[in-house]
Amino acid sequence: MSIAIKVENLSKAYQLGEIGTGTISRDLERWWAKQRGKEDPYLKVGQENDRTVKGSSDIVWSLKDINFEVKQGDAVGIIGRNGAGKSTLLKILSRVTAPTTGTAKLKGRIASLLEVGTGFHPELTGRENIYLNGAILGMRKKEINRKFDEIVDFAGIEKYIDTPVKRYSSGMYVRLAFAVAAYLESEILIVDEVLAVGDAEFQKKCLGKMGDISAGEGRTILFVSHNMGAVNQLCNSAISLSNGKVNQVGETGKVVSNYLNADGNKDSFIDFRSARLNRSGNKKAEFLNISLHKDGAVTNSRFFSVGDALHIRFTLKVNNANETAIKTSVELKTSDGFKIANMIDTDSGFQVEGNRSDEIVFEVVMKDLRLYPDTYIISLYAGDMSSSETYDYVEDCISFEIIDGGTYTTRRLPRVAGLLYLTPEWTKLKS
Amino acid sequence: MIKQELNTVKNDAAPEHWDLVIKPQRNIFDLKLNDIWHYRDLLLLLVRRDFVSFYKQTILGPLWFFMQPLLTTIMFTFVFGRLAGISTDDLPQPLFYLAGITSWNYFADCITKTSTVFKDNASIFGKVYFPRLIMPLSIVFSNLVRFAVQMILFLLVLFYYAFFKGVGFHFTWAIALFPVIIILMAALGLGTGMIISAMTTKYRDLAFLVTFGVQLLMYATTVIYPLSASPEKYRWLIELNPMTAIIETFRYGFLGKGSFSWFSLGYTALVTVVLFFVGVIIFNKVEKNFVDTV
Repeated sequence: MSIAIKVENLSKAYQLGEIGTGTISRDLERWWAKQRGKEDPYLKVGQENDRTVKGSSDIVWSLKDINFEVKQGDAVGIIGRNGAGKSTLLKILSRVTAPTTGTAKLKGRIASLLEVGTGFHPELTGRENIYLNGAILGMRKKEINRKFDEIVDFAGIEKYIDTPVKRYSSGMYVRLAFAVAAYLESEILIVDEVLAVGDAEFQKKCLGKMGDISAGEGRTILFVSHNMGAVNQLCNSAISLSNGKVNQVGETGKVVSNYLNADGNKDSFIDFRSARLNRSGNKKAEFLNISLHKDGAVTNSRFFSVGDALHIRFTLKVNNANETAIKTSVELKTSDGFKIANMIDTDSGFQVEGNRSDEIVFEVVMKDLRLYPDTYIISLYAGDMSSSETYDYVEDCISFEIIDGGTYTTRRLPRVAGLLYLTPEWTKLKS
Repeated sequence: MIKQELNTVKNDAAPEHWDLVIKPQRNIFDLKLNDIWHYRDLLLLLVRRDFVSFYKQTILGPLWFFMQPLLTTIMFTFVFGRLAGISTDDLPQPLFYLAGITSWNYFADCITKTSTVFKDNASIFGKVYFPRLIMPLSIVFSNLVRFAVQMILFLLVLFYYAFFKGVGFHFTWAIALFPVIIILMAALGLGTGMIISAMTTKYRDLAFLVTFGVQLLMYATTVIYPLSASPEKYRWLIELNPMTAIIETFRYGFLGKGSFSWFSLGYTALVTVVLFFVGVIIFNKVEKNFVDTV
């Protein structure tokens, strides 16, 4: 297969801070440096002499020396944390902004979808907007004519086609916008996280439609998403970016799991003796470490999906506490600090106990996790059973993440939509 | 196996063809005209959008295009004609002012709208690529539609005076220059607007000057007075303004009065061509990275 996209040493620098006052003098300084054949004094970050150059900290490299190739017909997922440079890369490839250095070469027609419904005008009807939006995306009028019926059909809005889009429901609006984009004819399709909008059913339809494109028509797709489930489902290879550099390129499953565990290995086991923690208590009993495990896995992990079993392992050392009356609990918080649960040993019919100066390992298993994708934080507590005496309270000692995917998840679960993913029994009583 | 190897060798030897190469700084003289040609449908649709969305949900519809020149003419007739008594070259005052206002408006609209093109379209420009030049071009063409409607008004008034007020027709051969002066006005507005728009992506200050500056410039153009009535001392200044020759030619062509000279028109054409090309080049230079600064 031939190469459809070739990116060579691509870099992009952004100027930090306020643009406005002082830019004229800076521009003059740059111009003067250029006249003397010198390098731009404001683009030197990362070089050895950067500290001696005044004001150089104003530049940040959003992408630095990116290199990769994409074969024709491949669907490539681009993953990375916020600020890794994913969007910048897509913006450069979509020609919305230009790189600072380096080149990107592409073969074939490119359609990029950084947003759905770009250029929709609220006063115009659905029909008029299909033409306008299609033209903005690079379609010719006769091309839109040919596909018009299909687009309307895909969006499912025949009835409202001659109504101004300002009267559309937000769902209809998004469906129409995506439908136009879905029928773009191009050899390369660049998609940013646009599927975050729309209802679950329509999202599925879109993923399906995009899947068709890459498998059936030999189209090359670049797909940015935080939804690892969608990346896994749609892409056959992936590029993981971190801090503006390519971390890994390869087969999707591998890259995704490496990405998810990248900082998991160091965070899924915490030794309290070396970690800085918020601790209180008189240490009559103390916690030594904590680790998180997946069901059946030997190694630690801090990434779980809905339905997984979470194994929390911690070591408790009893110093001079009452050996048989230690109240121990595991607290669970959301990433914004909201307490969800306080799981006390005795509530589960268990009693934490041990001989003095023993280091005892306990395991708490939360079967069938039903939390929405997000980061959750665990705290450990040990205290006297009958009084409020605290032996050891290790606040926010470890965190884990619930990610998309898993046995139950059939749709994307935005955290704002809920906290608990429950699947109660539904029955029809009367018809 | 050997065959395959041969093939790869062949492939390596042939220079690879790329449809698109994204590089940091494009040649500023590369205007990508064929790209613009490919997006011509977009240009038309944008013009249509501007026109249609203007009168959606109004009763009078496109008739609103008449209101502004009509009301301005009445105001000018009252203030400059009656109160100040400024000469109108023996022409009926409303006709004189309307001629000036119609053509001045076209130029002024082109320049003010073009000068904010980056700011107004930042959300679209930030999300999708198309030749950026399409946007200012669509503004010029949208305004042309408006100008055409306002020309109808001007002609209606002209006929009214010719038939009912006994003024008669005084068309001169210069009316043949009408297409030329439209192109000159469009190019002048577009060029200046693009220069301003390119500069305002970084320095917003200029944007405040534009609407106000255009208004002031109107008084330095022969909109409310004929060139012949301008004081001898300042006439050179007024003639330095490239719009003067355009409006004088317009009046001379349609109303038979005005100071037409080939020299002035040639000077205007020269200034226009220079400003237009400088505008296009600066615009092209800024367009690539403006998303980062706007």
